[in-house]
Amino acid sequence: MKRLVRKHPLAIRWFHWINFPLLTVMIWSGAMIYWANAVYRIGIGRFTLLKMNLPQPVWKALHMNYRLADGMALHFFFMWLFTINGLAYVVYTIVSGEWRLLVPDRHSLREAWQVVLHDLHLRKEAPPQKKYNAAQKISYTLIIVMGVFSLLTGLAIYKPVQVNWLTALFGGYAMVRFFHFWLTVGYVLFFVVHIAQVVKAGWNNFRAMIIGTEVASD
Amino acid sequence: MTDSPVLPPEDGLENPSQIEAEEIEAARLAAIAANDAEVDAEVRRHTRRNFIVAGVAAAAGLGGWKWLRSRPAEGGVAWPFRRVLEMNERISSAFFDPNRLSPTYDPSRVMRPARVNGGIGLAPNVDAENWRLTIEGAASPVALTLDDLRAFPRRELTTELRCIEGWTMIVSWTGVRLADVMARFPPPQPVRYLSMETPGRGYYVGLDVASAMHPQTLLAWALNGEPLSWQHGAPLRLAIPIKYGVKNIKRLAAIRYTNVRPADFWGERGYDWYCGH
Repeated sequence: MKRLVRKHPLAIRWFHWINFPLLTVMIWSGAMIYWANAVYRIGIGRFTLLKMNLPQPVWKALHMNYRLADGMALHFFFMWLFTINGLAYVVYTIVSGEWRLLVPDRHSLREAWQVVLHDLHLRKEAPPQKKYNAAQKISYTLIIVMGVFSLLTGLAIYKPVQVNWLTALFGGYAMVRFFHFWLTVGYVLFFVVHIAQVVKAGWNNFRAMIIGTEVASD
Repeated sequence: MTDSPVLPPEDGLENPSQIEAEEIEAARLAAIAANDAEVDAEVRRHTRRNFIVAGVAAAAGLGGWKWLRSRPAEGGVAWPFRRVLEMNERISSAFFDPNRLSPTYDPSRVMRPARVNGGIGLAPNVDAENWRLTIEGAASPVALTLDDLRAFPRRELTTELRCIEGWTMIVSWTGVRLADVMARFPPPQPVRYLSMETPGRGYYVGLDVASAMHPQTLLAWALNGEPLSWQHGAPLRLAIPIKYGVKNIKRLAAIRYTNVRPADFWGERGYDWYCGH
């Protein structure tokens, strides 16, 4: 027998869907800034596995080359909206008690591994869960921690003299730019896994992120 | 939410006949089907309503974006973005503490050779003999030679040069504090800005006076212990580590005190006018 289950509060749905275009603009403008000095790579010593750069014709085709000024203007505009929305979300989860469903506990790491095994069809049973499974709890909490670090590293790049203590804490200007960049790569990877999981979970689950309720069958 | 339908009891009858049991089962299934249909209808209502809201919100967001991006440009960037850069500048200025310093390093850590970037306003034929630094807006006209400047207390500063492109290098500057020169040739009334330019105004920057007075803001004639090459701004340049490299004007010829916010070469081309660290 079907029944309607309340899943996502209205506030969380708004924060989520507002964050999506804001983070997209932050990453897109950040990439236009990065283009001006696209120096990072994956590698050890003289061996480079992957240069974190695109061929110039690709940058050009994406209309993302020679746009450092535009990238900075966008970044320093939308940073406020991104920050406000992110802080509002964190405050809401604390005040509403939603954090209890989100923050991992001491069992989460072991259960998250079981979730991964289950998702890879290496384990028959998924561990019991409430609103989110352990892997989700870890991911959704980690992404917020990453967001906090993006703001802190961003501030340390933006004002490296006025907050020189913060910049020094991250190992200096060059290091803090490095962290800010790799955090962004982390969001992109999160996005890929997130989309794959949403597709796998199906329409009922996705629709719940828009309408709030999910259809359950007993 | 849907009301829970009352289900026929599944037991409780004494010795129900086969027919009665089938009727009961059929009634139970019918009740479930009715309930499920109602749930489906409810979800359809929720979905329709919320997707309309989502569509309107997405259209509003897209409209807002298109509006922002299509505003007339001011200094090379759509004006709402220029306004926010200026708002950020006001916040930065309010929190500006002149005692906060750019990190300093041992001179052995300088990058050699120093990277050359930005040649606007430069020329290879530097005539250091006849070169003068003029200061406009002081009590009387000022034209200083390099020797005049060398008479001020000499400063050595090994710090980071941060390019707006995102790279940095450790450099060692030799020169004098701009604040010392300004104290010797002050404007008659306090001013808010300084304008600086190369000969012929090939390149020009605007500075807020607080940044100009910062103790690490130097008029420098040597880089990494060597007199400036023309590519690095001979014979004299500004070294201002509390700003991006773009504000470290090379081949400095003229300073002007002003209360009118001075034009800035990159500030007119879409960049933040303030560029303060």
